[in-house]
Amino acid sequence: MQDLNIEANTYNDSVVRQFSIMAVVWGVVGMLVGVIIAAQLVWPELNLGLPWTSFGRLRPLHTNAVIFAFGGSTLFATSYYVVQRTCQVKLFCGKLAAFTFWGWQLVILAAAISLPLGYTQAKEYAELEWPIDILIAVVWVSYAIVFFGTIAKRKVKHIYVANWFFGAFILTVALLHIVNSASSPASFMKSYSAYAGVQDAMVQWWYGHNAVGFFLTAGFLGIMYYFVPKQAGRPVYSYSLSIVHFWALIFTYMWAGPHHLHYTALPDWTQSLGMAFSLILLAPSWGGMINGMMTMSGAWHKLRTDPILRFMIVSLSFYGMSTFEGPMMAIKTVNSLSHYTDWTVGHVHSGALGWVGLVSMGALYYMVPRLFGQKQMHSMKAIEMHFWLATVGIVLYISSLWISGVMEGLMWRAINTDGTLTYTFVESVKAKHPYYMIRLLGGLLYLSGMLIMLWNVLKTATSGKAAIANIPAVTAHA
Amino acid sequence: MDINTLRIITTVASFIMFIGILVWVWRNRNTSDFKDAANLPFKDD
Repeated sequence: MQDLNIEANTYNDSVVRQFSIMAVVWGVVGMLVGVIIAAQLVWPELNLGLPWTSFGRLRPLHTNAVIFAFGGSTLFATSYYVVQRTCQVKLFCGKLAAFTFWGWQLVILAAAISLPLGYTQAKEYAELEWPIDILIAVVWVSYAIVFFGTIAKRKVKHIYVANWFFGAFILTVALLHIVNSASSPASFMKSYSAYAGVQDAMVQWWYGHNAVGFFLTAGFLGIMYYFVPKQAGRPVYSYSLSIVHFWALIFTYMWAGPHHLHYTALPDWTQSLGMAFSLILLAPSWGGMINGMMTMSGAWHKLRTDPILRFMIVSLSFYGMSTFEGPMMAIKTVNSLSHYTDWTVGHVHSGALGWVGLVSMGALYYMVPRLFGQKQMHSMKAIEMHFWLATVGIVLYISSLWISGVMEGLMWRAINTDGTLTYTFVESVKAKHPYYMIRLLGGLLYLSGMLIMLWNVLKTATSGKAAIANIPAVTAHA
Repeated sequence: MDINTLRIITTVASFIMFIGILVWVWRNRNTSDFKDAANLPFKDD
């Protein structure tokens, strides 16, 4: 009976530990596949002439692995960690939480097998075939039950802003996934979309852009609103701004999807609407970034000595940069130059490597020693080295693709006085070769930083042991 | 009712709600509620 009581007064951190370790493992795997396909773009023979290792099949494997395996596991880990500590209760329904871990790993495994085999719905970031889609939906609904169940039994009055962001991310992703994956199965692992023509394209990019907005932004803003204050040792700069930030983001993001379909069969007014809302998005994005940055005011000196804090703050700088670049690229005239070029790929990676990657790493470096009963990570020097490898890697990656993207965009639209095209397509491909080498180098640096992190995390985990964290005695008010 | 009227009502209602949130936040910006909320992450230290 006594044992049961002690058990009830502790946080459920075993599922957090599982997700944290797997986040790092999947990070290495996903980034490795990224480096392989970056190398294939430099040396096409690296596809080995086999269908399973061809670019078209490995590319969705890369995106799924980094977004849903690395990013997803990080979000599960951090949201479970944060919701318990800011609600001061144990996770609701531990068995269901354990199911979300094993279920999510099964989804990842199914993706890792089915994508190289060529099974795909051919929808970007929603490639997985219908049986896997059903599994995702089941796991996601369980996730929502665990998360909102925990919020429901909270012992504090207020729901902390990080939980609002996590909650919005969980609800919206459920909605997006279920609507966009609606299809009629033709056989096992083959289906046809429930939508046709331009409606299908619009549903897909409503999904696609909100996957960016809610999976890769709202969720990670939840991370930002808990871990930046914790690591800086001071509350968030402005709580009012965080509320405005949240609602402005919620009301605006849903409308931005059409900017992925500029100059297509999508009605012109829809394109303009998407563009207008993409421009409006700059305000909440920068409001959030400023809120995170200003949390450091009076504590900037900590950046000199604390590499974990540096991960988080540099991450916010990349968030600011990519949320400026994004609205700009959504302007139709800019988009007519940037669309279909490497500029888009560079923009995505400034957000993915810079914002999502760095803030995840910062949060994991914060959690891992605490989860394994250690004072700090096994090696602080290694974190320092990881930081520099990652930062230099990102800069090389995004600057090379920015140059090659603008260059190929200009080459494609260049015309002679008689109206013929100045360059053939293959000439633009050839001109990009040196920039692809630099991109590969940037990716290699980023991956090597991640390998150092894996070593550091495993060392920290094996030299410590699973820590049991007590729920503090309840303060009735607040 | 025309579906477009419904769409217009939803959009306008959302906008008014957002303005309402702005006003509510501005009025409460210095209350202890917000201060307590901002300090929630430090409760378990």
